[in-house]
Amino acid sequence: MSALLGVLVTSTRPTLPDVGVFAVAAAIVLAGAIGVVVARNPVHSALMLVMTLFGVAVLFVLQQANFLAAVQVIVYAGAIVVLFLFVIMFLGVDREEDVAKEPLRGQRPLAVALVLLGTTGLLLLGQVSKWTTGQPRAAGPDTGAPNVNLIGKSLYTTYLFPFEATSALLIIAVVGAVVLARRPPAATSSGAVAEADADPGETGPDPVAAVDGEPPVATGVADDRATAATAEGAAGVAGGSPPPAGAEEREVDA
Amino acid sequence: MSINPAWYLSLSVVLFAIGALGVLVRRNVLIMFMCVELMLNASNLAFVTFARTLHDIGGQVLVFFVLVVAAAEVVVGLGIVVAIFRRRASANADDLHLMKG
Repeated sequence: MSALLGVLVTSTRPTLPDVGVFAVAAAIVLAGAIGVVVARNPVHSALMLVMTLFGVAVLFVLQQANFLAAVQVIVYAGAIVVLFLFVIMFLGVDREEDVAKEPLRGQRPLAVALVLLGTTGLLLLGQVSKWTTGQPRAAGPDTGAPNVNLIGKSLYTTYLFPFEATSALLIIAVVGAVVLARRPPAATSSGAVAEADADPGETGPDPVAAVDGEPPVATGVADDRATAATAEGAAGVAGGSPPPAGAEEREVDA
Repeated sequence: MSINPAWYLSLSVVLFAIGALGVLVRRNVLIMFMCVELMLNASNLAFVTFARTLHDIGGQVLVFFVLVVAAAEVVVGLGIVVAIFRRRASANADDLHLMKG
């Protein structure tokens, strides 16, 4: 403790409420972080992530970064975690993960060892040397001006170009997300399209062919399940066998 | 006066380590994403601490940018997860070995 406190040249001793708030927030942050890693269910992980984010927001407030604390709660807890939860529930992957299965032998112990080594190394390095070097600037959060004013002025003067680049990044992200999440149009992939076109033909007007050939029956059963994944899988499965079915259909038609 | 910055930075280191551990150990893609968020939050905490220590508002502006980049990253990453999930119904990173030699 004394070593930690002696690391940095700071002013007087912290007051008791500050220490208490810091301790509680740090405990919340660490408990949430461990919960994210340990929880089996992704929904629980997401809720633990919210806990961590709130703890970090409290630590922001404790360091006079009020605006960032608000943004943290609004953007992270309000948008990002909700997006996570939406995707978890949209995909229906809220079942538990089999942690015991380990495809890469020895990868997990190695990861734990590496992370522990790096963490202890970094913490020890902070003990033996200074965490921060450099001279404090005059203008900063302690000048008495409101936090938002300083950030806004800095954002629109010093950091104007990164700010504009950020807007470009957001646009690109939106476009990328739309492109990624869009269902691929049926016209582009030739094999799947031929199959999709052939399916109604087999099952609809020509039931004899569908009954005679085994593959069309299989696709018909698979098509009953409406999920996109199974539909694509059925297209892939049927992709190997349609030539006989199609040929048979053509024979019957002729 | 307020807490010594060393405490904040130590907490940030530990938080980053937990996030890195999660990315390395877990197999669920969504949880790996959440652990990336943990690491970004650790860096944010360090940025704010440095901003306070050095009296430089630039640290807080950088946190602002990190937030934006994190939001964009999550949007694109979850889009990729949805696209992968459409092809193969699993969110397990180990199932994505199509390019394995």
